[in-house]
Amino acid sequence: MLVALTLMASTLAACGGEQEGSGRTTLNWYNFPDDSGALQKAADRCGRASGGRYRISYSKLPRGADGQRQQLVRRLAAQDESIDIMGLDVTWTAEFAEARWIREWTGEAKRRATAGTLRVPLRTATWKNRLYAVPYNTNTQLLWYRKDLVPTPPRTWSEMLDMSRELARQGKPHYVEIQGAQYEGLTVWFNTLVNSAGGAILDPSATAPSLGPPAVRAAALMRDLAGSPAADPSLPNQMEDQNRLAMESGVAAFELNYPFVYPSMKANNPRLFEDFRWAPYPRVDPGRPARPTIGGIDLAVSAHSRHPDLAFEAALCLRNRENQLTAALDGGLPPTLRALYDEPAFEKQYPFSKEVLAALESASVRPATPAYQNVSIVIAHTLSPPSAIKPESSVAAIRNQIDDALRSEGVIP
Amino acid sequence: MNHPLPDKSGKALSAGARQERRLGLLLCAPAVLVMAAVTAYPVGYAVYLSLQRYDLRFPDRAEFVGLGNYGAVLSSPFWWDAFWVTLFITVVSVAVELVLGMALALVMHRTLFWRGTVRTAVLVPYGIVTVVAAFSWQYAWTPDLGYLAELLPSGEAPLTEQWPALWLIILAEVWKTTPFMALLLLAGLALVPEETLKAAMVDGASAWQRFTRVVLPLMKPAILVALLFRTLDAFRIFDNIYVLTSGAHGTGSLSILGYNNLFTALNLGIGSAISVLIFLCVGIIAFTFVKLFGAAAPGAEVKP
Repeated sequence: MLVALTLMASTLAACGGEQEGSGRTTLNWYNFPDDSGALQKAADRCGRASGGRYRISYSKLPRGADGQRQQLVRRLAAQDESIDIMGLDVTWTAEFAEARWIREWTGEAKRRATAGTLRVPLRTATWKNRLYAVPYNTNTQLLWYRKDLVPTPPRTWSEMLDMSRELARQGKPHYVEIQGAQYEGLTVWFNTLVNSAGGAILDPSATAPSLGPPAVRAAALMRDLAGSPAADPSLPNQMEDQNRLAMESGVAAFELNYPFVYPSMKANNPRLFEDFRWAPYPRVDPGRPARPTIGGIDLAVSAHSRHPDLAFEAALCLRNRENQLTAALDGGLPPTLRALYDEPAFEKQYPFSKEVLAALESASVRPATPAYQNVSIVIAHTLSPPSAIKPESSVAAIRNQIDDALRSEGVIP
Repeated sequence: MNHPLPDKSGKALSAGARQERRLGLLLCAPAVLVMAAVTAYPVGYAVYLSLQRYDLRFPDRAEFVGLGNYGAVLSSPFWWDAFWVTLFITVVSVAVELVLGMALALVMHRTLFWRGTVRTAVLVPYGIVTVVAAFSWQYAWTPDLGYLAELLPSGEAPLTEQWPALWLIILAEVWKTTPFMALLLLAGLALVPEETLKAAMVDGASAWQRFTRVVLPLMKPAILVALLFRTLDAFRIFDNIYVLTSGAHGTGSLSILGYNNLFTALNLGIGSAISVLIFLCVGIIAFTFVKLFGAAAPGAEVKP
């Protein structure tokens, strides 16, 4: 079945191959579907700047991350030569590198990829101390709150829950909007809390679960929120977009979400926008900064590409200063080049750029392992719904299932 | 080899009969070879993969593990959860479809006016692509978007809770495949001779008695075929669940489990073991049906 599918995919893909004989190489770039036009603009610019050596054809992957990954994986497993550059979700680098589907960055290309790039996003492109991609954009969550309800934002989770209880007592909007549905967003929430409590999901070698007391603490926090007045009744079904809508509809006081909520609030509820403010992600311990999990896209070069040298060069061009600025201004994607955070145009569009930068510098990454899909699924499955979490036994269940997954013995639900 | 080959009844075959048999085998051979290439090879390859530790993400660690993958699958609670969900959906949906399908078949059989129109109308759901129908069900049950969700108290999202979601999946299945069941049963109804029914009526049998004592026994082969086809289909349920819930909230079937382990986890060993186990289950179901209905199986000799 898989063989048949992969064969079919590669045959179909071969139909869209490059134009031989025109003297100019076509590089195929597969990335998430972008509606802002920033990606197409970058592809055109780089083609023009190459002096006629290559042009970049931007192909849109499916909208959902799972669909994107499946399409890429099928083609790569079938050694499809028609992919040159890929936009990988930050969680796929380890998997694709271990499966030998993407090329390592070395020498001059590596030097240019790392120069001026933020440290934490660079970690998402690294596997076993080798660089396998170049960070294209990054992303991180902030605490968004309503200044009319909360004059000073909470610094810790317990402060936030207390404020919510107090607002509930006064009959005011009091929900804390967060991603509680059974999907990867729940894993991200857990990862952020575990790291903020001083722990990690996997040990540094990524060969065994770490978890421990910080994980139990994180699980308890999630259960506490779910059982308190702070919990939105539809918490077990909520993803980023439902959080945004709930906040815009005025029932919530807090929202933990990515910066895309800011322009959205501005457009959809200008009255509430007046009181819409941001603050750093709340801490677990008052004395230890929160470590929000970062997201984003890394550009990698396919192992089956027939033009790897041009592909490395083109990938570097696609994420150069100018193109990252376009992606940030048109597409709202936080850049990975440190210098852009001092750019006046970016600061103007992103009034919270300083907070984003600070969050990025203390951020944590998702567990780096080729088996990330399994790890994420077992975490989301075990911690859903959050109200049913039993901190000790839930964490023990996660530990056993991660153990199985790392030995390829795990069956995923 | 001068002795004539005996056939099943022990009688010797003549030379002509043997030659005819050889010709028959030769004529079948190309079809058998094609079948082997397109079905036996993938099945065999799946069995082979199921005996390996073979994870696309760890290509260096591929090795023969014997029945290890089967042990891992059968000792996993996820397999058993999915197994019971699948069994539940199969039993309930097939039972409902049998009753509804029989009723529709009777209507279609007896309709005097607009027979063609009635039959076409009944068959419409079966003509719609399952995935398309599933999406329309999904939207219909999504709060704020769907016309059916509006009938529920506000804040209800039935597709996000296990039991409501399971019932909605069954509803979608029944809506979609009852026409198929009705069609098969209609063919069976046509086999019941009018004279037999008239004779029963003359003997004073009520409508219910004629149905249970005359029609049903005569339709047994058709019912067997309909039940067998639908049970096997229902047991492999994938598309409706994939669209409606993606298997979340305890609604995943065995096919969804296999898909997730093959295509999301890229674990070809475990995924193939799941596929082979589903294959075995389907085989057991088919075997049980034929045993259960015994002589009523199509092609079986009717013993006096």
